[in-house]
Amino acid sequence: MPTKIEKDAVTGRETTGHEWDGLKELNTPLPKWWLWTFYASIAFAVVWMVLYPSLPFWRGTTQWIAREAIVGEVAEANARNAPMMARLRAATPEQIVADPQMREFALAGGRVAFANNCAACHGAGGQGGNGFPALVDDDWLWGGSLAAIHQTIAHGIRTAEDDEARTSVMPRFGADGMLTNVQIGDVAEYVLSLSGRSTDADSVTRGQAIFAENCASCHGDQGQGNREFGAPRLNDQVWLYGGGKADIIAMVRNPRLGVMPAWHARLDPAVVNMLTVFVHSLGGGE
Amino acid sequence: MTDVEAPHRAKADRPAEAPASAAAQPLYAARQKVYPKRVFGKVRSVKWIILALCLALYYVVPWIRWDRGPGVPDQAVLVDIANARLFFFWIELWPQEIYFLAGALILGAFALFAVSSLFGRLWCGFTCPQTVWTDLFMFVERWIQGDRNARMKLDQGPHNANYWVRKSLTHAVWLLIAGATGGAWVMYFVDAPTVTMEILTGRASLEIYFFFALFAGFTYLLAGWAREQVCTYMCPWPRFQAAMLDENSLVVTYRDWRGEPRGKAKAEGVGDCVDCYACVHVCPTGIDIRDGQQLECIGCGLCVDACDSVMGKLGRPKGLVAFETLKNLAASEAATAGMAPGPERTRAGMAARQLPRFIRPRTMLYAGALTLVAAVMLGAFLMRSTLSVTVLRDRAPLFVRLSDGSVRNAYTIKLVNKTRDEAPLALTLQAPEGFRMTVQDVDNDAEGHPMLARRADGIAQYRVFITVPAGQRLAENTPLSFRLLDAQGRSVASQSSNFLGPKP
Repeated sequence: MPTKIEKDAVTGRETTGHEWDGLKELNTPLPKWWLWTFYASIAFAVVWMVLYPSLPFWRGTTQWIAREAIVGEVAEANARNAPMMARLRAATPEQIVADPQMREFALAGGRVAFANNCAACHGAGGQGGNGFPALVDDDWLWGGSLAAIHQTIAHGIRTAEDDEARTSVMPRFGADGMLTNVQIGDVAEYVLSLSGRSTDADSVTRGQAIFAENCASCHGDQGQGNREFGAPRLNDQVWLYGGGKADIIAMVRNPRLGVMPAWHARLDPAVVNMLTVFVHSLGGGE
Repeated sequence: MTDVEAPHRAKADRPAEAPASAAAQPLYAARQKVYPKRVFGKVRSVKWIILALCLALYYVVPWIRWDRGPGVPDQAVLVDIANARLFFFWIELWPQEIYFLAGALILGAFALFAVSSLFGRLWCGFTCPQTVWTDLFMFVERWIQGDRNARMKLDQGPHNANYWVRKSLTHAVWLLIAGATGGAWVMYFVDAPTVTMEILTGRASLEIYFFFALFAGFTYLLAGWAREQVCTYMCPWPRFQAAMLDENSLVVTYRDWRGEPRGKAKAEGVGDCVDCYACVHVCPTGIDIRDGQQLECIGCGLCVDACDSVMGKLGRPKGLVAFETLKNLAASEAATAGMAPGPERTRAGMAARQLPRFIRPRTMLYAGALTLVAAVMLGAFLMRSTLSVTVLRDRAPLFVRLSDGSVRNAYTIKLVNKTRDEAPLALTLQAPEGFRMTVQDVDNDAEGHPMLARRADGIAQYRVFITVPAGQRLAENTPLSFRLLDAQGRSVASQSSNFLGPKP
């Protein structure tokens, strides 16, 4: 409690009423401008809390929520893109590539759509991985033309959801007992020879016969592959499931069959077109 | 707190001493309105000329045209924020070159320091926008309401029709000037003729009206109402101008060795100062220069003219208040110590003066810094390239193995073209033997180099593939560089990058 409030002679202000070792303190009031600004800020806060969401379980009288406010902005952006999207929806990928304006838009939109939908399996830059085809190289399982890419994206590969999905099956030569282990080893050695990496000449000769009987019908007599069946080229340097002998043996014994989803039902046809153009432009388009 | 004892305590328009009563001393000095009187003289003439020049520069420059070709703004000085360009006559800066603006500001600062250390507060008194516009507004006030005495009578008299008419007219003219000032400011950022028509016909955007109102409002407030309060309380320059002045800088001073003791003109044994208060009445900040150097004195020198005209009328030599160095003042004080007032004292005092030492460590330092910054800026500007190329190598994947075993890297090349020349450039590759380059969607010229078209005043982007055939010995990281050649085969831009391959 203040013991003795005095009035200072010089300034006319009161002291706080306390004394410490002879020292006294002036009780200077807060500046009026500061005080009234402070009151104004309190009033502002009260008004704000009534208008906007500030308290739990109540959205304020304006009912404004940022999450809902953005819906309008997104709709506006979509409306702005609508004419170009309509053009992309109606055109074929070939027509899009031929028109510079549509192509520029398609490449930009395709990049975004790729990152959202495709990069999870095919990699951020389309580089693929073990079991996921690389889209940047010039090796295609089912064709690298615009039409082929469009078909693959729209209807998928070996997917149960879509009737138009392309599909093929590689027989399980090992698991179903169609070939012995020795035979599988020989044919693997022959496949290595197709890309110039074999070491055992005798094994290659034996494997050639096995290959001609069992594999050539799908993979071609030179191992050049067949895009109708999605049968990979065996005579190149690109290997989807690994190119070492053990990998080849594993594939022959118990083949892994890749599945790609069908996107035509999940994505706007314009987006499918954009993705087609984008994938085609990655560096291996035919 | 007792009265500060000062032998020649003058009664300035704004009293600097504490009130005699000890009962309640306000710690807040209430503002006393300043009524500067009209003055004629050399300094005043120079001030008018500088004012006219500064205002002419400010209002006229946005209207200067500079033809840059179709589709480009034709205003000579334009800060085009919307399109991210800064135009200054033939110079066009892109946002990444904003450091030129920073350099210009640094140059301005050092120039200010240099000038202040040599000649005192010339900025404050002659060229500062606050001084220029306050001077202009005071002129309007004097023109409509009359000189000092008339204005004081008007303010103290009854608020009748005459009062209201004069005051309204003054403020109306002030608002007109403020409007022109705010408008001119906006014109530095938007095309001048266009925005003038838009503002006048009410079709300008909200942002333009906002800034127009903001600058007009502040001009009106600062030049019409705040005036000397800005210099005394708001502006940081006075506070560290003191750090830049020393005893060798020219400042406005009162030669008290000549003027004291003050007395009537006809009295015997008195100094030259007749206490006419002419210096006080013309001061725009309302101080008494005879109190010595003070923060509020902006160094405008109007008191010099005022005193000179009074001295002239009395037949005494001019220069009682003058631009002088404090060193000379001290020298004159020493030379005239103990002398009786009179012409001999004046002669002795003036003889003790020396030419100010303009070349001293402080000024040399400022001049040196100024030269250095100017040289760096000029060098950077002259060496600035109008065409540059950036190379971004794909990181996902680092390299691609093609079906024939060759290794390929992809690059995104951007041509940054700051000119309006759209002639294509040939892209060449400096790399070891065997490296092949192709550019997506681009044709080659006769020598087999891809021809990259430029975008006028923009960035053109290309996708470049470099392939190394299978079987070639390839290190994990091979440095290479791209070079752009013009039609004559000269290299106009180049950029280095590297080629990544599998671990050997």
